Amino acid sequence: MIDFELEPQVVNQLKMYHLAAAQLMRPISREFDEREHSEPRAFWEAMWTASQNLGEPADAKPRAGEGASRLRNLNTCLSVEELCWGDAGLFLSIPGGGLGGAAVAAAGTAEQRERFLRRFREGQPKWGAMAITEPGCGSDSAAITTTATRDGDHWVINGTKIFCTAGQMAAEKSEGFVVVWATVDRQAGRAGIKPFVVEHHTPGMTVVRVENKLGIRASDTAMIVFENCRVPADHLLGSAEVKRDGGFKDVMATFDATRPIVAAMAIGVGRAALDFVRDFLAQNNIPVRYGISPRRLTALERDFMEMEVQLKAARLLTWRAAWMLDMGKRNNLEASMAKAKAGKAVTQITQKAVELLGPVGYSRKELVEKWMRDAKINDIFEGTQQINLMIVARRILDYSSRELN
Amino acid sequence: MINFELDDDQKLIRETVAAFAAEQIRPAARAADESGVIPPELVAKGHELGLVRGAIPEAYGGYGDARSAVTGAIVMEELAWGDLAIAVHLLAPRLLVTPLIEAGGAPLQQRWLPPLAQDQFVAATAALNEPRFDFDPAAMKTVARREGQDFVLSGVKCCVPLAQESSALLVYASGGSEGFDAVEGFVIGRETPGLEISPREENMGLKGVATYTLTLNDCRVDRSARLGGESGLNFTRLLSESRVAIAAMAVGVARAAFEYARDYARERKAFGVPIATKQAIAFMLAEMAIEIDAARLLVWEAAARLDKGENGLKESYQARNYAAQAALTVTDNAVQVLGGHGYIREHPVEMWLRNARGFAVLEGLATV
Repeated sequence: MIDFELEPQVVNQLKMYHLAAAQLMRPISREFDEREHSEPRAFWEAMWTASQNLGEPADAKPRAGEGASRLRNLNTCLSVEELCWGDAGLFLSIPGGGLGGAAVAAAGTAEQRERFLRRFREGQPKWGAMAITEPGCGSDSAAITTTATRDGDHWVINGTKIFCTAGQMAAEKSEGFVVVWATVDRQAGRAGIKPFVVEHHTPGMTVVRVENKLGIRASDTAMIVFENCRVPADHLLGSAEVKRDGGFKDVMATFDATRPIVAAMAIGVGRAALDFVRDFLAQNNIPVRYGISPRRLTALERDFMEMEVQLKAARLLTWRAAWMLDMGKRNNLEASMAKAKAGKAVTQITQKAVELLGPVGYSRKELVEKWMRDAKINDIFEGTQQINLMIVARRILDYSSRELN
Repeated sequence: MINFELDDDQKLIRETVAAFAAEQIRPAARAADESGVIPPELVAKGHELGLVRGAIPEAYGGYGDARSAVTGAIVMEELAWGDLAIAVHLLAPRLLVTPLIEAGGAPLQQRWLPPLAQDQFVAATAALNEPRFDFDPAAMKTVARREGQDFVLSGVKCCVPLAQESSALLVYASGGSEGFDAVEGFVIGRETPGLEISPREENMGLKGVATYTLTLNDCRVDRSARLGGESGLNFTRLLSESRVAIAAMAVGVARAAFEYARDYARERKAFGVPIATKQAIAFMLAEMAIEIDAARLLVWEAAARLDKGENGLKESYQARNYAAQAALTVTDNAVQVLGGHGYIREHPVEMWLRNARGFAVLEGLATV
């Protein structure tokens, strides 16, 4: 039966996340935006300790097949919204498996999941990262040029990866790992692309640059060069066999799980801006009147209502996509719908918030301008707006990637 | 707990109504739009679905089905997918039935429900909208004045479906002050002195269904006609139910246009390939699909609140406004995808665009 009500224990859990966002993230939000590339160590320690106590991975990111709760992916989206309401950049910097962990969960065997993910439940803070994008290919991830060549019981990886979230923390500053997507067979195209776990400090893996960005500055975005980087054969996630629709399907499986989360991130940032505007209007005794003729609304009321309903629409699409994953349903279409909607809606919501607040919105004294900068990434990473529209279009038209591209 | 899946009953209801919409309503839609006439046989068949009788308690001859705004929204979407005008016609009696069940009180129910529970379709309606650009249900210009034991109604109502054909009409009026709490409802007979019904209205869309303008020239009605008796009615809830219904219908019209444009784009070739393989068209279709799903979820969310007993004022308002805009955008895009052919009345998309424009304009056209 259709139901949109969260269970009481979920609501309670969210209050905890909200508290963490309000007390641990908001107060340092501006500082780590201004001091890009510095490390919020105390915050990381607090989040790591909290997650160890909870027995949950620190970043609250999904691990398919390890689910304790029936609605694990949905609950993840809910907590991610709260944390990104606090600060999206800091959220991305939280120690844990990250996208690398998600890739292991999606593409790895049960043994590999245990072997590689165990570290996030014990010891010191650690990071996982995923390296897929290259200087010459972003959205067209099937055009990857990084190679993995078999040499005895090792794979030898060569290539350059960019835009690797938490790459520096995973590769050089903790006992983490980077999941690198590389081709084992250029002739095979997509089918030849495979994920490899490269352990921290593996010789031949070097972080050569950390990017300066528009927003989410608390999160490090690394360029990593692999030069004759040798990893054991059993670090290839899943099967080494090159078959049609094999390798790339794993990338897609990862995205089906992570796109709702990125949508939830966007929604958290959008809600931060919306809450700010709502409070601002209330403080200035500007009413928002629901139920009256739309022709009698002020421009301000219309703008605010539009922001509010767009955020809600994005949230409902996101919940649906995550819920489907929890129910074991294929959510490829719905995940891209949610991501496309949330990325665009929140970009517009935060931009409108700056506009409505005037100089207050534009000033770095408040966080609204930061949220506008932070929001934009959600319309780009984990599949740009356009890539997600493409996926939606293929699904609704029943076209393959060859028929519609 | 969060759940996005219809239950088995709802699935069955949706299948049944969807089949009726595809097999009976859709083929009759264009002719109804052009001629203004909906075949009585079609109305009779539609009535057999139990759209009106379903919710009427068994004591009054109905089926006494459990009422659910979510289920109602599902039915509305499917019917409107078939054709909006025919849907509004078939559902018009609910405009009286739903408020009677929710707030009528036994004497009013006794008097008006049994005739509507019959095997034949019997017209009934409600008058909410008023012919003003800024019509606001919280500030109606139609007023009910108390005079002794009676009420005196005066004002003008418009877009009232089937008013001429109805023997009973529910008229909403302001009891004096502004606000939803001040709204009163009166069930009056077609022959009430002072009630004037215009010739049929001529509107941009919804041309299949007969709508009328009502002028109330100091219509004197007995206090027994007052909805809810001395305790009055929960107008906010009735309005929310109506907005959820309209929003659900908007989703149905949008979906019809989307599906038509999608299928056309897969067939129609330009530059040697189907136009759907061009990103300019494919992205339009993708955005249409997203907006339809978003609107439907907002409708269901508002409906679920009503089913939990809330008034849902804000949520139904959000859903109505969002779905109305989505329907307009989607139907407009559908015309655009078809290009010149979309502008020609041989294809239904121009009709859906005209119909979709109504959602933001019309209040009280249907209820769940």
